[in-house]
Amino acid sequence: MFELYLTFVKIGSLMIGGGYSMLPLLIRELVDKRGWTSEEELLNYFSVAQCTPGVIAVNTATFIGYKLKKVGGAIVATLGIITVPMVLIVLIATLLNQVWQYPIVNHIFAGIRVAVAALIFSAVIRLVRSSIKDWFSALLCVAAFALMVFGGVSPIFIVLGAVLIALVWGRIRP
Amino acid sequence: MMTLLLLFYEFFKTGLFSIGGGLATIPFLRQMSVQHGWMSELELANIIAIAESTPGPIGVNAATYVGYYAMGVLGAITATLALVLPSLITIILIAKALGKWANSKVVGHLFRGLRPVAIGLIAAAGYSVFKVATFFELDLSPFALQIHIPALIIFAVMLVSMQLKPFKKLHPLVYILIGGVAGAILQM
Repeated sequence: MFELYLTFVKIGSLMIGGGYSMLPLLIRELVDKRGWTSEEELLNYFSVAQCTPGVIAVNTATFIGYKLKKVGGAIVATLGIITVPMVLIVLIATLLNQVWQYPIVNHIFAGIRVAVAALIFSAVIRLVRSSIKDWFSALLCVAAFALMVFGGVSPIFIVLGAVLIALVWGRIRP
Repeated sequence: MMTLLLLFYEFFKTGLFSIGGGLATIPFLRQMSVQHGWMSELELANIIAIAESTPGPIGVNAATYVGYYAMGVLGAITATLALVLPSLITIILIAKALGKWANSKVVGHLFRGLRPVAIGLIAAAGYSVFKVATFFELDLSPFALQIHIPALIIFAVMLVSMQLKPFKKLHPLVYILIGGVAGAILQM
């Protein structure tokens, strides 16, 4: 239980940006290092976390916590992921308002964003290798990307659309 | 005390109705700033920028910050807990329901369709970070995009090295640190 808390404290303090940036960390900490779950299962949690209310990273943490240790695990994982950000933001709110004016801080964060982008794409490559096995799933993946980037469609509708397609497809081709 | 209750109520509502991740909480924050005057429009913009570039989920960071603005440390704790409470409840309910049906065919089909879509959405999020990180808009024309060459090179080198054997197991934090140092040196 304590290890669960510490793991999510770690993930919460290392992720920068939206819920998507936690994915490389999740794979490393939960799949590679501890073997608590598989990549496929992680993606299941992630897709549910995307279409349920709330912050994606928190939803994912709660879901994984519940799967591993029921309600107690859900609470522990959720508290874990918010611990460091909460402390940090309070510190920043009191200190960084002055520091932020220095250009060097902006430069550092510009560089960090490049690394975050590379990390996300690297995770995508890995997931494509493990989960995209036929043309049907490849098509769904490309369509979701295109709708989001070029169509500006809300992820909620994309996920709901996928639910419909998956159910219909399951009927036709079990 | 009234402010605390109000904070709790506002952020519980935000947690319950924002679907699609931390950025989806921003419209709610904007409405709060107008309605309760906890911060100005400019302060909110700064809050979002900091929430995006400091460790932690954006939605959690923003909630902590707004709570702190409104009522200090106690406000920060209240806002953050109120934001995650709806997630805790709904996710536990969903996980319970899914557990019951885990072996059914329908759930299997469902996730077979959802997994590729999740990957597509993650790629889209990666693309938007990539765009901000490696392109910048010229001031003269909003349509002219200029590629930031050093950033693009760093991106490519990092992405390739992440696929290679000796670097594959490096911790993501190593790349983040390298990125930060490179950003400072190259004045990105």
